[in-house]
Amino acid sequence: MTTTSNFLSIKDVSTAFKIDGQFYDAISHIDLQVQRDEILAIVGESGCGKSTLATTIMGLHDPHETKISGEIDFEGTDLLQLDDAGYNQFRGAKIGMIFQDPLSALNPLKRVEDQISEVMDYHTDLTKEEKHDRVLQLLDEVGIVNPKRTAHQFPHELSGGMRQRVIIAIAIACKPDLIIADEPTTALDVTIQAQILDVLRAIQKENHAGIILITHDLGVVAETADRVAVMYAGQIVEQGTAEQIFNTPEHPYTRSLLRSMPQRDNENDDLYVIKGNVPSLQKMPSTGDRFAPRIPWVPADAHEANPTMHEVTPGHEVRCTCYKHFKFPDEKGSVTA
Amino acid sequence: MWKTILRRILIMIPEVIILSILVFLLAKAMPGDPFTGSINPKADPQQIHHLMKINGLYDPWYQQYWHWVVHLFHGNLGNSYQYQEPVTRLISGRAANTLWLALFTMILTYAFALPMGVYAGRHEGKLPDTIIRFYTYVTYCIPFFVILVLGIWIFGYVFGWFPTTGSISSSASGWLSTIGSRFYHILLPGILGALFGTVNIVQYLRSEVIDAKSSDYVRTARSKGVPSKDIYRHHIFRNSLLPIAAFAGYSITGLLNGSIFTETVFSYPGMGLLFVNSISYRDYTVITALVLIYGILNLLGTLLSDIILSIVDPRIRIE
Repeated sequence: MTTTSNFLSIKDVSTAFKIDGQFYDAISHIDLQVQRDEILAIVGESGCGKSTLATTIMGLHDPHETKISGEIDFEGTDLLQLDDAGYNQFRGAKIGMIFQDPLSALNPLKRVEDQISEVMDYHTDLTKEEKHDRVLQLLDEVGIVNPKRTAHQFPHELSGGMRQRVIIAIAIACKPDLIIADEPTTALDVTIQAQILDVLRAIQKENHAGIILITHDLGVVAETADRVAVMYAGQIVEQGTAEQIFNTPEHPYTRSLLRSMPQRDNENDDLYVIKGNVPSLQKMPSTGDRFAPRIPWVPADAHEANPTMHEVTPGHEVRCTCYKHFKFPDEKGSVTA
Repeated sequence: MWKTILRRILIMIPEVIILSILVFLLAKAMPGDPFTGSINPKADPQQIHHLMKINGLYDPWYQQYWHWVVHLFHGNLGNSYQYQEPVTRLISGRAANTLWLALFTMILTYAFALPMGVYAGRHEGKLPDTIIRFYTYVTYCIPFFVILVLGIWIFGYVFGWFPTTGSISSSASGWLSTIGSRFYHILLPGILGALFGTVNIVQYLRSEVIDAKSSDYVRTARSKGVPSKDIYRHHIFRNSLLPIAAFAGYSITGLLNGSIFTETVFSYPGMGLLFVNSISYRDYTVITALVLIYGILNLLGTLLSDIILSIVDPRIRIE
């Protein structure tokens, strides 16, 4: 490991998908840093490119159907320069990934034990017995009550929460430095959610790993994240510490998101709704503020022609200058175009 | 596991009974009788009437059926009107021929189809995939008997590489030359049947492989750092073969049914040829026996499919 600032740094990364023979950016010009011992949350609504970013870091895209540019510097290696065999040295070993859907992410025909020890087959020299012991230890670590029994079971015999724990066990089997968790709790009910997040935090403390937590659940973010990056339509629109984002959100999108969260003290009010949709990849405008169509009351000249990131306070960055002029329609002093 | 199989077999009993009644009635419902024209074209109608009577063919159907069932349990399926021979002997002499041909065709079919299906799925959209798909569509479009006739003509008559009739050459003596001659006789029908019977397996397997390739569990395996060839070996192949394995039991019966074409065109003395001949002679006893056997084989085939599936797929295992 070199310096801490170089643990994972994503520089100007764009991923384009081929649709009808043409490439369209699903994420464009992403800049992000992750440190060890840190949980970075990436939030945004469905289709904003969160998962695309995760699979880009993991190198899981089909090279014939995607075009990736930029640089992903991980512990001194540019991952995007690696071939598949080179990438396999990182996948599972130094970077672990936790997937969204515990129902389909496990092979239905293999026993839990085989699916966990498969990671170790490729990244460790452990003997069969050592792997077996490690599997039981991992299952215990992720909170499985009867590891011996579960190890011998097939995925369909487990509950959703148990499957998600197995997936976490797979991701952490080789003590990776970086864990990418793509909506790890979305398919689970709230009590299990909290337990899973606790497991993640405990593992992070033990291994000093960096975690990228991808979610659309702001409650999860508030509970776990150190830093937050907000994504909209394939771009990062705001990033900062969790405190900065939750206490002094600046970008209109972040503020709208927070406002659309149910609050305990105003339960009689209707929830705020962000009108409109994220444009599809083919219809994404190449210039201008991508969020502008969804806040039509903000005058056009408040937006930048080519929105860039502006540092508000140290570590807190916002895209586009429109945040300075943004007020909700029902707020005092709001301007309408 | 044994419980499941036992339960499946118990369910088969009423199925077989209903099948046998249906088969018996349908055979009886066919127009014509086994005697007209078979003794001599100018036979006296009075004599035929007499023959029908002493053979019990004027009795009510349930009496005839009951007679038949009682005999069936004594291992007696009656005499063939056409051959004047016990039906059991008639069929047992031909069953082995049909079985060899069907098994040989099936092994060849899978040997051709499995690699093709996997290869096409793995290289989806590329040239080999296009060629394989084109090939399966062509074989699917051409009626099977046309292929058989063409095959006999080209490889049997023009080149003279293969025998065109029978199941064994009359000059074969000694066990080695007997086996050799039998094998030689099923070679051409077997190869033709296999080359032109791959379409289902290839297409099914191809789409299973394509589905598996983009499945979430394969993505999980890739995120573990498993090299692509191992992903194919440990994850994609086994999971894609599942429905194919399940289909295997059923496809055996499909081949038995298909043997009717092959045996007729190749004059191969099996159950299929016997069946076609018996229908043209209204040989009731043989027809009912054969249809019943085919029906039971079909039921056994589905049972076999269920058993295979419960072995290979842990989700279906019943404790």
